[in-house]
Order: sequence, then C-alpha cells, then structure tokens
Amino acid sequence: MVPLSWYLVLSAVLFTLGAVGLFVKRNIISIFMCIELMLNAVNLSLVAFSSFLKHLDGQLFVFMVMVVAAAEAGVGLALIISVFRNRESVDIDKLNLLKM
Amino acid sequence: MEKVLFLILAGISVAAAINVIFQRNTLYSAFSLIAVFGCLAALYVMLQAQLIAALQIIVYAGAIMVLFVFVIMLLNIRQEEEQKDRYHLYYLSLPIGVLLALEVYYGLSNIQDVSVPGAAVGNAESLGQGLFSTYLLPFEVTSILILLAIVGAVVLARKERDIPLEMLDALEAEQAKNKQSGKSEGKENN
Repeated sequence: MVPLSWYLVLSAVLFTLGAVGLFVKRNIISIFMCIELMLNAVNLSLVAFSSFLKHLDGQLFVFMVMVVAAAEAGVGLALIISVFRNRESVDIDKLNLLKM
Repeated sequence: MEKVLFLILAGISVAAAINVIFQRNTLYSAFSLIAVFGCLAALYVMLQAQLIAALQIIVYAGAIMVLFVFVIMLLNIRQEEEQKDRYHLYYLSLPIGVLLALEVYYGLSNIQDVSVPGAAVGNAESLGQGLFSTYLLPFEVTSILILLAIVGAVVLARKERDIPLEMLDALEAEQAKNKQSGKSEGKENN
C-alpha cells in the first residue's frame, strides 16, 4: 500500500512545477496550461485524502473543480482568441494596454 | 508492487510536467500535459476513485486538451518568441526560489500518514448519491456555471467586425474629419 505522504509529495511537486511555469512562461496559452497543471495537483491531493480518510466528499470536490476548470478553459481560450485577433500576439509582455 | 507502479507513474508525470515548462514548442507542451493527465488518471484508479479517473480522461485529456490543441493550431503558434530584455530581474530569482523551496520543504516535512479503516470506493453510484442528496445545490450551481461559460465563450470568441480595430479608429477619425469639413463648408455656403 502506498502511504499518503507519497501522494502529497507528488502533488506538491506538480503544483510547484505549475507555479514555476506560471512565472517563467510568456506565452499566454502555456500559462493557461500551467494553471491546469496546478489544478490537477490539487485534485490529486484531494483524491488521496478522500481515499485515505474513507470519505467521498473529497472526490465530489474534485468533480466541482473539474467543472470549474472546464468552464475556465472555455472562456479563457475564447478570450485568447479574441486577444489574438486584436493584437496578433499571445505574448503577455505585449499585452500591456492597462499598464499605462 | 503498488509502490513500484506509483514510482513509475510519478516519475513519468513529473518528467512530463517539467517538459511542459521547458518545451519551447507550445504544441509539444500540450501533449506533455496530456501525458501528465493520463498518469494522474492511473493514480486515481490506484486510489479507488474510478469515476474521477474516467472523468479525468474524458473531461481533461479529452475535452479540455483538445480545446487547447485546437486553439494552438488555430492561432498557428509555432515557437515562443525570444526576448532579451527581461534579464534585469534575474537577481530576484535566487532568493525567491530558495524561499519557495524552504516553504515546500516545511510543508512536506511534517506530513503524518493517516489511514482510516473501512472502504470508500468512488464509483458512479456512491458519488452520485452524494451529488444528488447532500450536494444537490452545488451541483445545480455548477450547471448554471457551465451555461454561463458557454454563453461567455460564444460572446467572446464571436467575430464582431470584419476590419481590425486600428483601421476602425482611422475610419472613424476620417469620418469625423469629413463631418467637420462638411460643417465648415456648410457654414461657408450660408
């Protein structure tokens, strides 16, 4: 039986990698993918807790997170398409209209 | 046996996650992310969360990543553009990285392994019973959220005008100028 701590360590590593990617990447689509990675890391720890504490609420919460992630991906990618149509770029350093 | 399987899956998922970050081609980093999701689905099966594993494959690896790949191909993004003028903040990276590592280490250093006796199998029946009794209101709210997301996506991605924004601005300025000159001409005529 794999102990709980292994799952939590894997979840923390994946979340950290997602957070690092969030800061390192400049492509807005890559940043979006890093957010998805972080959401999945959290899902892993929720499912692990749900399985080890023998309570299904964690998995129901994962269900809600998946719904939110799907909605976020749909709206976010629509926003990206709209931004690309206006600015011809997906580089976040060039999307600085609000900075001035 | 189970530990070996866990280590293999964890290794693949971490390697794929690193590839997501350091891959310059956005399409390949999307494919790596699909590999991460697949490994996580296998881990969910090991944790006896079969429904979540199936949803992971169907919703994440199926629907969301197909959407990502579709948008990447639609926008035709091949390589990330190189930029040289962001190196002035490099000195900040070391202290912040050390801080993050210490934080992760502190968080991970005092994990206690808990295990409650009993069985909790996350199949469709047990999850559905929770979803349609205790958590009925959040479930209905998620359906409203999905509806709003559909409407929002359609509104945001709709093509509003045929000409780009700069040309529209120029056109409006030209029209305003024409109107002014028309007025002044009218005054002269009067």
